[in-house]
Amino acid sequence: MKHLKIIFSVLVMTIAFTACNSKTSKNTSEALAVYQCPMQCEGAKTYSEAGSCPVCNMDLKPVEKASKVLETNEISEASIFNLTSKWNTEEGEVIQLKDLKGKTLVMVMIYTSCKAACPRLVADMRNIEAEIPKENLKDLNFVLISIDPETDTPERLKAFAIENLMDDEQWTFLQGTESGVREFANVLAMKYKQISPIDFSHSNIISVFNTKGELIHQQEGLGVNNKDTVDTILELTQ
Amino acid sequence: MIKSQAFRILFVLLVFQTMLYAQSEGMVSIKGSRYLPLYGRDSTVVAVKDFEMDVYPVTNSEYVDFIKKYPKWQKSNVISLFADKGYLVNWKSDTELKDSEKPNSPVTYVSWFAAKDYCECQGKRLPTIDEWEYAAMADKTTKDARVKPEYNAEILAWYEAPRTNENTIGLHPENFWGVHDLHGLVWEWTLDFNSVLISGESRKDVDKDNNLFCGSAAVNATDLMNYAAFMRYAIRGSLKAKYSMKNLGFRCVKDIPNEF
Repeated sequence: MKHLKIIFSVLVMTIAFTACNSKTSKNTSEALAVYQCPMQCEGAKTYSEAGSCPVCNMDLKPVEKASKVLETNEISEASIFNLTSKWNTEEGEVIQLKDLKGKTLVMVMIYTSCKAACPRLVADMRNIEAEIPKENLKDLNFVLISIDPETDTPERLKAFAIENLMDDEQWTFLQGTESGVREFANVLAMKYKQISPIDFSHSNIISVFNTKGELIHQQEGLGVNNKDTVDTILELTQ
Repeated sequence: MIKSQAFRILFVLLVFQTMLYAQSEGMVSIKGSRYLPLYGRDSTVVAVKDFEMDVYPVTNSEYVDFIKKYPKWQKSNVISLFADKGYLVNWKSDTELKDSEKPNSPVTYVSWFAAKDYCECQGKRLPTIDEWEYAAMADKTTKDARVKPEYNAEILAWYEAPRTNENTIGLHPENFWGVHDLHGLVWEWTLDFNSVLISGESRKDVDKDNNLFCGSAAVNATDLMNYAAFMRYAIRGSLKAKYSMKNLGFRCVKDIPNEF
């Protein structure tokens, strides 16, 4: 009788815990408040208590969350590393987005059977890469995510990478699940729709994330001037 | 003694098992078919598979239960990646609605991420646009009432009525499938709302937006009279997944497992 009870409660608990992950991923950095002079009289100097700036006497202001996180080295609220979906790389590894942490990310969503816009989007990515000095490339990861996870298997993505001379270290191709891809597209505010078994309509957006996974810049459109995007990347990889 | 107990539990499990495969509580099954959506693949017919749909939109009180179980969706815990500042703005605390809100009203001010997770935590999912539109084109007696002028007139009359989100669920009669409130209460999130490309750039609609979109996302609607549907697609096209709106709620659906 007792055994049954135990077995039953274990069963219930397993179901309860595996059904959905209710763990809160919010960081608790609120406790570590950081203050700074609004005029930044002393550059980036920060204080741990409220007060006034010794130079201009203005009240110190709490520093925005993002920079607080820089110091605590945690994932911020706006980071894409909060997403828990799983992805296959073109090398056949299974990763989560947070495994990409630490490098500046340049991301675009494409599909390899695309004949219209994607080749141009891919070309845009290559043009951006070509304008980045070699020494910055080690801090960069160009990530191409497929919106057609059914067709774009890791093998196919690998072949696409080789064919387009994008097989170096700094290029990553990802195959997700249908739900993971939809979720990620929504994080980028990117729209797409399958319009036939082999074709999709989609927005053409190249997004730049900092090493913490926070969206810094988005370039919309095809063949547009990529100067802002390149500048953002250079700034982030300095 | 132990044996008989074991049998009893086995029996309970078996009963429970059959319930799982029969119609789920609070849901009705909808027989799929091919239909012509307002915006389809190349504007041709789309096949919708059989599925089950919640009879009512998710209510405030149901959402309270959810949020108590999954604190990450409480408004002080939710992260900015998943919800904007308007999230649950009509709640007075993490687990309590404002006194002016009715427990039986549809929950609104929820983001797509929250709605999606709610459904997944119930073993369900959000409906696709096609599933939602398919279920919603029925009136009381027919599966496809879109040709009836009074069907469109009734929906449009709702679009003119203010603050319907404060009403409670179930005031509108059930449709052919036994589903309530698809029209007349709140707009509803769909799983693939971000597949609507027509008005993604409606803010700059004087531009040629062919820079932003590839493929055939031009004006290719099939039924130019269906003004109500236009409005729904336009709303979907203007949304972002972390938005929360006063008159935007959701309901869940479930796939029907294949017959053995």
